[in-house]
Amino acid sequence: MNENKVLHSVAALFDTPDKIINAARKVKDAGYTMFDVNTSYPVHGMDKAMGLGQSKIGYVTLFFGFAGAVFIFLFMGWSMAINYPYIVGGKPFFPYQAFIPITFEVTVLCGSIATVVGMLAVFFNLPFLSHPIHDSNYIKEVSVDKFGVVIEAEDPLFDKNKVVEFLKNLGAGKIEFIYEPEKQAIKILQPKFIVFLAVVAALTSFSTYFTLNKLMYIVPFNWMDNQKKSNPQSETNFFYDGYAMRTPVEGTVARGFMPYPFHEQALPSEPLANPTLPTKQILKIGQEKFLTFCSPCHGNYAEGVSRLMGQFPPGPTLHSAKIIGYSDGMIYNIITNGQNAMPSYAYQIPREQRWAIIDYIRVLQRAQNPKPSDFQAIKELNKESGKNVVN
Amino acid sequence: MSSTEIGYIRKELPEKIKTIGLTLFVVGTALGIIGFLIDPQRASLSYLVTFMFLVSIGVGSLFLVALEYAVGADWSTPFRRISEFLAAVIPFLIILVIPLLFNLKYIFPWTHKSIVDSSVMLRGKTPYLNIPFFIIRSIGIFLIWWVFYYFIIRNSRKQDTTKDQYLTKKNINISSGFIPVFGISITAIAFDWMMSLEPNWFSTIFGVYYFSGTVWCALAALTLIVILLNEHGYLHSKIKSEHYYTLGLLMFAFTVFWAYIAFSQYLLIWYADLPDETIWFMHRWVGGWKVVSLAIVFTHFIFPFFYLLSYNVKMQAKKLKFIAIWILCAHFLDLYWLVMPGMSTNGYQYSFSWMDLVFPVAAVGLIILIFKSLSHKYNLLPIGDPKLQRGLDFHL
Repeated sequence: MNENKVLHSVAALFDTPDKIINAARKVKDAGYTMFDVNTSYPVHGMDKAMGLGQSKIGYVTLFFGFAGAVFIFLFMGWSMAINYPYIVGGKPFFPYQAFIPITFEVTVLCGSIATVVGMLAVFFNLPFLSHPIHDSNYIKEVSVDKFGVVIEAEDPLFDKNKVVEFLKNLGAGKIEFIYEPEKQAIKILQPKFIVFLAVVAALTSFSTYFTLNKLMYIVPFNWMDNQKKSNPQSETNFFYDGYAMRTPVEGTVARGFMPYPFHEQALPSEPLANPTLPTKQILKIGQEKFLTFCSPCHGNYAEGVSRLMGQFPPGPTLHSAKIIGYSDGMIYNIITNGQNAMPSYAYQIPREQRWAIIDYIRVLQRAQNPKPSDFQAIKELNKESGKNVVN
Repeated sequence: MSSTEIGYIRKELPEKIKTIGLTLFVVGTALGIIGFLIDPQRASLSYLVTFMFLVSIGVGSLFLVALEYAVGADWSTPFRRISEFLAAVIPFLIILVIPLLFNLKYIFPWTHKSIVDSSVMLRGKTPYLNIPFFIIRSIGIFLIWWVFYYFIIRNSRKQDTTKDQYLTKKNINISSGFIPVFGISITAIAFDWMMSLEPNWFSTIFGVYYFSGTVWCALAALTLIVILLNEHGYLHSKIKSEHYYTLGLLMFAFTVFWAYIAFSQYLLIWYADLPDETIWFMHRWVGGWKVVSLAIVFTHFIFPFFYLLSYNVKMQAKKLKFIAIWILCAHFLDLYWLVMPGMSTNGYQYSFSWMDLVFPVAAVGLIILIFKSLSHKYNLLPIGDPKLQRGLDFHL
């Protein structure tokens, strides 16, 4: 009946831990190497009796634990300091102290999961999910109150009859032949498994929904909602003015913000110097911002003729002698504070860009009122490039 | 079960040990007395570090004894007597504390009225931190420890001759009573003698921090002595590397436990970043103390952790001896780091002193003397203990 099947091993059952220790020692001494012992609880001294060396599984734990620690530490560092730099609680961008608890936990997690998976991989020879002795009567007895030895057929010294004789001499109670099952890869799409997955999914969804939408609103889990605190944008009787939110103390300055000292003054009381140099780069920024913010009223060339076409009080030309005579600081003050119908652009245009716009206005003004030396310079440029830059 | 059945042959420790112990103790004590005469302020702080070290060894060892009884461990029964001998430091604590009690004003800022009056927090703490209550508390705790020590050890020794198994049961009950008392009293001692050096500062985990150190230190002392005695055949031929392995495993566990507690204390203070709390770490992060703080991280955690991680190290007597000595030194350094930087709150400038090295010498001498004289009177193995045979047969 069993002739087609391949013999995997011969299993023998023993009654007491002393007998199994003795049997393991004898099996080892007889020269067998491919054998294993199954007991229902750990029997101390078994490693030595079986002649086992130190388990290698520790290295798997060490490697994956260490890898997990390094990975999560660098990952947190990358996400907090590089990918999305974000300050939490006034700590630096790379608060490694705060990473340590998580590093510790991920180390334990990776180490333990790798140990279990590594162990299963060795025992079951993954992707197979069972061992030949799983379906035997032997494993049932061993899981309850017996102690067993299995000698595998792959052992170089294996001889069916000799092994049976040998085990009987050791005082084995019952002897069982274990055959290789037909090897099957994992069947994922079994109806049983799919139903199981569906049940798990339904249970998980329901418990999540129940916890978040129902349980949290049941006493005592909802106590956290009734705290002695004021919510933003609400009333309170804690403060004299009845507002829960506080306004910043007078004179508070936002981080990284330099307040403009001549706020709402028609003339700056001290001269302001332009901190930028009219380089090509700055002028490019100035041109872009001028076209965006200034040209709708003052015109693309600051000539006072604009796209508004009289629907709004037109912006004056910036080529008048009065404005050419203005200092950079004066123009800066006007952009910052506004003047007459012109509103303040302090919130739309950052400080450096306002100065860049002024540089660009100076270029436009110079283009309308060139000096003789400018013509000379253009001629030289034309000669060099061989083209007419300006007619 | 008679001693012949167990196979324990009692051997007297060589007289040389007594000479070494006596020399260390006399030299250390003499220099220590000179230190107290020259500079009582500095000497009393140095003495405090060593005193806390002796508390660690004594009460930590008694805790190990109680733990073994309470959880019913049998692997450690063969060397329970060693821990009992080390715990014999406890009765001496009541005498050893006297030089400190006379010098409280040099040690604790809260003994000065001007300092207490200057701080609202200290005025609030006065009902707890005042000299009479402080002395009552310390002496009371040492007495309670001594009472527990007396009963546990008396029963254990009686068993050597009577072989009465009921004594084990009795000791299990006493030990179960001792462990919670120990938990509370060690916290009180840590708060009183070390945390109140900087009385404005507080950390509720401080007692656990000291506890983790004491057990670690007591384990290292136990390991060192067990290996030294067993190598020269004073214990039992059946005590072997598997016993050592388990001791190494416990030392490893307490290495991690200490790091866990120390980091828990640090992390909360670092997160909240409140001046009242960070000041304690700031005192340990200025000048040379920064190096010492980093050295604590290395000597108390990183090195022992990676060293004891290996299976082979824990199986080898020689390597375990090395790490046991390392741990004893690291624990001393830890205590030094806990006590010394607080000097500035009492208005002194810290500088290293020869006295810091004198008192530990006397302490080592004292432990050797106690051990030698007890081993002269009692067996090194609890030969009457019913668990002894199982302990000797211990396998991994």
